Amino acid sequence: MRPKVRAYKRPSKISEYPSAPAFESGHLVTKNAGWRTFVPIVDPEKCVGCLRCYLVCPDGVIARTENNKVEIDYDFCKGCGICAHECKVKAITMKKEADEDEI
Amino acid sequence: MKSNLKFVSGDEAVALGVRLARPHVISAYPITPQTIVVERLADFVEDGSLKAEYMHVESEHSAMAAAMGVSSVGARAFTATSSQGLLHMAECVHYASGARFPIVMMNANRSIAVPWSIYGDQRDSLGLLDSGWIQVYVEDAQEALDMMIQAYKVAEHPEVMTPFMVNLDGFVLTHTYEPVEVPDQKQVDDFLPMYQSTNKMSMDEPKSLCFSTSPADNQEFKYMQHKAMEGSVDIIREVDAEFGQVFGRYYHGMTESYRCEDAEAVLMTLGSVTGTVRTVVDMLRAEGHKVGVFKIRYMRPFPQDEVKELGKLGSRVGVLEKNISFGNEGTVFTNVNSVFSTLEKRVESKNYVGGLGGRDITKEDIRGIFMDLLSKEPFTERVEFIGMGCDTNE
Repeated sequence: MRPKVRAYKRPSKISEYPSAPAFESGHLVTKNAGWRTFVPIVDPEKCVGCLRCYLVCPDGVIARTENNKVEIDYDFCKGCGICAHECKVKAITMKKEADEDEI
Repeated sequence: MKSNLKFVSGDEAVALGVRLARPHVISAYPITPQTIVVERLADFVEDGSLKAEYMHVESEHSAMAAAMGVSSVGARAFTATSSQGLLHMAECVHYASGARFPIVMMNANRSIAVPWSIYGDQRDSLGLLDSGWIQVYVEDAQEALDMMIQAYKVAEHPEVMTPFMVNLDGFVLTHTYEPVEVPDQKQVDDFLPMYQSTNKMSMDEPKSLCFSTSPADNQEFKYMQHKAMEGSVDIIREVDAEFGQVFGRYYHGMTESYRCEDAEAVLMTLGSVTGTVRTVVDMLRAEGHKVGVFKIRYMRPFPQDEVKELGKLGSRVGVLEKNISFGNEGTVFTNVNSVFSTLEKRVESKNYVGGLGGRDITKEDIRGIFMDLLSKEPFTERVEFIGMGCDTNE
């Protein structure tokens, strides 16, 4: 299950703040991928569904799909390239962000 | 009530109090003069009389980091330190209060290097007055034991949720022996039930703890911390009163005033020196001098109401402390005068700094202070170092 972006309502009263700096995990208030330069593209034909990329992604943005392949959440992918580097069958390639308008 | 008197040191009294409070985890690193506290607790875990995890850590920084880990799953944490150890954990000390973890810590008040010294003064904890911890200073071993139990009840109160530091004067209190009444475990369990925190990690309600904020939200959390600390004054008074009803020992809440009502001279104290000052007060009263002693128990939250009431009595006030903020004055003195400044009538006050690096504060020293206060001569200096061993003019 992927977390969803939820709108952040700025508290207007102090009582609306949590009493300690702690809050429900996975409460995302904004997309966060603005500094990505290279973007990983998965080739579903080459992907064998080993899930190595799913395990190594430091931001947890790679999800399993129903057919046991993978899908990348580009709203939060930072473009670090670890998935592409670790993919044994070279199913993931890093492409220049500006060249990938379809994403 | 069945009496259970034990002849123990201040450190041992702390360990007995902690055992009664039933912490889940003790994370500790030994340091003189705190060591006996954690040694006794290790014994208790070993002999099975305390069902707790005993964590050996590699430093005080880790001891407090571990205590935060314990508190972050809603469990009860205890640690103890002193002096250089407290300073080494300073980063985590602030972290724990900001995170609103109700950790209880014993601190054996000891001098800060250099010159290197293992002996007592109060410059370690007073140097962390702004760290967001409740700070109490106890006078004897019985108060030390009792405050370990009260500390958890105050710290864990849902409106407080603030860590609590119990301070004992190094050696003078930690290593001297007194008969101490050890409360009954059942009574302590009823007084101090296990707390339920919502500020914790759990599988049922996953939370991210100790998060970052941008400048847009940070100040609100600091405001809430300040308000919780201010509000803890009422909880401290309530808990002390209830403790008095249940266990028969009441410590008068934030401060304790002795023979101050009609006093021309009052000496304010912090910690174990209070006992000596009380003795001198009785001696001087017997000679016809109107003197009193005002024991400050809590430095944070600061006893503003009580100090204000004392200021209204019109006596000349001395503040005796084992501390100096170099280039200014003793910090206790600064705090006291800040409250006095709210009064219409000016209070004549003077700071007496002594006992640094473990030097004894004698009855003669205290008598000298009272004579200075009673003289009615204008004070020639604001801050006086008492008990100097040599001529400071040459």
